[in-house]
Amino acid sequence: MSDAASYLPQHPPVTDWVNDFDHTDPRWTEDPFPIWDELRTASPVVHTERFLGCYMPTTYEAVRAIANDTEHFSSRRVVVRDIRPEQLGKAPPITSDPPEHKPAKQLLLPPFTPDAMKKLAPRVRAICNELIDEFIADGKCDAASRYTKHIPVRAIAHMLGIPEKDGDRFIQWIHQILELGIKSQEVLVKAAEEMDTYFAGHIEHRKTHPSDDLISTLMNAKDKDGKPLDDAHVLGSLRLLLIAGIDTTWSAIGSALWHLARTPADRERLVKEPALMPLAVEELLRAYSPVTMAREVMKETTVSGCPVKPGNMVLLSFPAANRDPAMFSNADKVVLDRKENRHAAFGLGIHRCVGSNLARMEMTVALEEWLKRIPDFRLDPAGKVTWSEGTVRGPRHLPVLFGKSA
Amino acid sequence: MAKLKIRVDQDKCQGHARCKSLAPELFELDKYGNAHEIGDGTVPAGLEDKAWLAQTNCPEIAIEVTEE
Repeated sequence: MSDAASYLPQHPPVTDWVNDFDHTDPRWTEDPFPIWDELRTASPVVHTERFLGCYMPTTYEAVRAIANDTEHFSSRRVVVRDIRPEQLGKAPPITSDPPEHKPAKQLLLPPFTPDAMKKLAPRVRAICNELIDEFIADGKCDAASRYTKHIPVRAIAHMLGIPEKDGDRFIQWIHQILELGIKSQEVLVKAAEEMDTYFAGHIEHRKTHPSDDLISTLMNAKDKDGKPLDDAHVLGSLRLLLIAGIDTTWSAIGSALWHLARTPADRERLVKEPALMPLAVEELLRAYSPVTMAREVMKETTVSGCPVKPGNMVLLSFPAANRDPAMFSNADKVVLDRKENRHAAFGLGIHRCVGSNLARMEMTVALEEWLKRIPDFRLDPAGKVTWSEGTVRGPRHLPVLFGKSA
Repeated sequence: MAKLKIRVDQDKCQGHARCKSLAPELFELDKYGNAHEIGDGTVPAGLEDKAWLAQTNCPEIAIEVTEE
């Protein structure tokens, strides 16, 4: 399938970040950190006329305030795009506001507890090793396209009870919805329809062939009135799990490997002190948080003293919050054993990522298995690291060489 | 060292589960993954550092540590 990016509308380059920011600008994609610092120095909340009007909170405090304020800020649109179609693609609970949010979320939470993830960990460990087997003899690989890309998609397929080999199709849909969909409704709608058709088939099949996977669990779930979920709700939740569960974790693992490839001291420390992994995973999640969410302003209010008006979207950048020096000492440094780390990589408030325990487990296992078999690796000077655009940030190409440098 | 007591504010906890990961002796999770202090929240001697670690890593600032 060809990449539609080439014919999508191009935004004019940004010359004034503070008054005209654009999270799809190539410089933001390449290296957003100095841009966030500049915005944060200017104001706790900045605004752009792009995307039909959009604010961005730049401090941890302002991000938390918005995440916790469901009265003035709605989740009905969770991606900042060029257009705001009236028809809303529902994917409960991420697109739900109170009071619908809580019952929708409670349906999804039990399959994603830390204990449930422990049971899935051996399969993920095996997936990681199957992938490493494919390229370790080459002495090098593109760690993003050969390794990190495939781990979350196979893990979620395993949970849902659908073929792991369908992963490439899922990845294509997600690219079309989350990246290309920012600028093209046509690409987004087509991908969403293909995805719905795919899942509708799996739902129908289970009506006559019940199984014990996550799709069946959702089909058997009851809503707050004790009624079974309708197919549309099941479909929306499946859409969410796939969209939210794949390129997010792909990005988190990829950014962690990118950091370790270019930071020998941290890599050697993690190899020598594997017990450090839980704290290191949290710190890498803080420093390279992949996910930026959105809200829509519903009622006029102020955030950190800045007026915020309806008709605008909000780019809710948890990654920028996690780089706020007022919240984190040495915010721009990776400190593997950081002791105080209230990072917001999985969001704050009622929309805390349902899959956070899954993501942590996958990231931990993926780094552990990689470091066991490839303790020494570095960026390939002959290759180029590229990053995804928009809502989820992580390396899409990460060429690395194995072994110590000559 | 003063005796510590912990409490998870159920209105604030969103189930990040950082406390359970950092101090499994002090916190347990319900079926939704939300955290509760174990027993009456009294921190056994020797686990004080873990109580503070959990408190300072909760993204929702949902954990109270009090000295008795």
